[in-house]
Amino acid sequence: MAEATESPGDQETASPRPLFAGLSDISISQDIPIEGEITIPMKSRIRERDSSTLNESVQNTIMRDLKAVGKKFMHVLYPRKSNTLLRDWDLWGPLILCVTLALMLQRSSLDGEEDGGPQFAEVFVIVWFGAVIITLNSKLLGGNISFFQSLCVLGYCILPLTVAMVICRLVLLTEPGPVNFMIRLFVVTLMFAWSVVASTAFLADSQPPNRKALAVYPVFLFYFVISWMILTFIP
Amino acid sequence: MAAAAELAFHEFEEATNLLAETPEAVTTRSDQLSPQGGHVTVALGSSVGYRAEDELEEEGDKTALLQEEKPPPGFWTFGYYQSFFDVDTSQVLDRIRGSLMPRPGHNFVRHHLRNRPDLYGSFWICATLAFVLAVTGNLSLVLAQRRDPSIHYSPQFHKVTVAGIAIYCYAWLVPLALWGFLRWRQGIRERVGPYTFLETVSIYGYSLFVFIPTVILWLIPVPWLQWFFGALALALSASGLVFTLWPVVREDTRLVAVALLSTVVLLHALLATGCKFYFFQPLPAEHLALPAPAASLSPNILSPATVKV
Repeated sequence: MAEATESPGDQETASPRPLFAGLSDISISQDIPIEGEITIPMKSRIRERDSSTLNESVQNTIMRDLKAVGKKFMHVLYPRKSNTLLRDWDLWGPLILCVTLALMLQRSSLDGEEDGGPQFAEVFVIVWFGAVIITLNSKLLGGNISFFQSLCVLGYCILPLTVAMVICRLVLLTEPGPVNFMIRLFVVTLMFAWSVVASTAFLADSQPPNRKALAVYPVFLFYFVISWMILTFIP
Repeated sequence: MAAAAELAFHEFEEATNLLAETPEAVTTRSDQLSPQGGHVTVALGSSVGYRAEDELEEEGDKTALLQEEKPPPGFWTFGYYQSFFDVDTSQVLDRIRGSLMPRPGHNFVRHHLRNRPDLYGSFWICATLAFVLAVTGNLSLVLAQRRDPSIHYSPQFHKVTVAGIAIYCYAWLVPLALWGFLRWRQGIRERVGPYTFLETVSIYGYSLFVFIPTVILWLIPVPWLQWFFGALALALSASGLVFTLWPVVREDTRLVAVALLSTVVLLHALLATGCKFYFFQPLPAEHLALPAPAASLSPNILSPATVKV
């Protein structure tokens, strides 16, 4: 080994000193043992976490997941360009939001007429299949976001519209009239814009630049349909 | 060199003429050489001397690389469906503009699709149209209720389902039937091939775009204006379809050509009028004597109830 390293050095004595020329002077003796343990701290921590999640109390588990969901709600309400929603995606938040929205939107069972508002199942199907179709569309157009990350983002960005639904129900408890309608229209429009802006902030970067509008338009249509369902709700 | 001239950028008209002659040829992107250039260089190279042999080999390698395409992905892979969504925003907008302004010589498939059909336009235009129909239909009910408070307002959510099914069935089943019929005629007549199924679906999908602003304009509660907009939209849409189908159909017998085109236009008209009548609430006349019918109706309603009780 030492000969091999020395020969390039001999050849190039006339030229300026090459890099690492001095290395050839150092001989690596066979006597120094290079052995030991390489401990990766992350790995051991993960192992500890795995075993501890089995042993921890149920309250800890639930609170941890709820805190993760709550953290993501905050990211949606104040949309900044951050990766939290994408990195640690989960579908609990979208499920909670979708069930809440569907429960509030379903037509009352006393109202037997055929052309009322949507049923629980219809809202559920629209939200989930709409999100799946938008995700498929974004992937087919060449986006580099994973399937569940996109579902997670779209589901979490329904939060402003769920808040709008709660406000609309509260407003509808008062006297119906044009002022009532204007307030609801204003609130729903504002929340719709908020949802679209929030989801675009997370999703637009994953698309190639000349197709961003193609990927964002279905998101706009999706939240428009949900806003329409909220606006036309009559108790 | 003639080879250099062949490899130079072609004008679009030449390209569309080439496409018209060879409809099965798939257009490649403009930064790739056309396969036809390879033939010329090979022919030229054989007549030049030794010095050109290296060039010939290079060109041969290049053309071999260009002509040798990967085997098309199977229909169970994701990449197969990705090839149908290979469009940019500007291309989609250009196709929409092309469908809005049909011109007699301007074949939509050749000039706008350029034999690269996409499913994005068909799918999302149909989805938008279905939702816009349901939303504006509901809005027309709101406007009607303002005039005549006896009309009961309801969100009418089932119309979304009906609109979706109707539009999607029209935009997919009618092109299927048309494509099947054209292929059958091609089998009999042995003429230039008809459009592929996806091109037919694209034609129909983009032709439905003009109905989206029309449906929104149907909210204006003036009846003759509604009919005018409807007729205008139908004319634009149907003429786009006719101008696109004419080159394929004109080689056939006159009877078949006329029958086919009139069926296409008729189906389109049926869709337009069906949507107008089903989704839109006609406005009640403003000078209805509202108290009188209410007074005459209420005793009728009450008396059977009292009889039952």
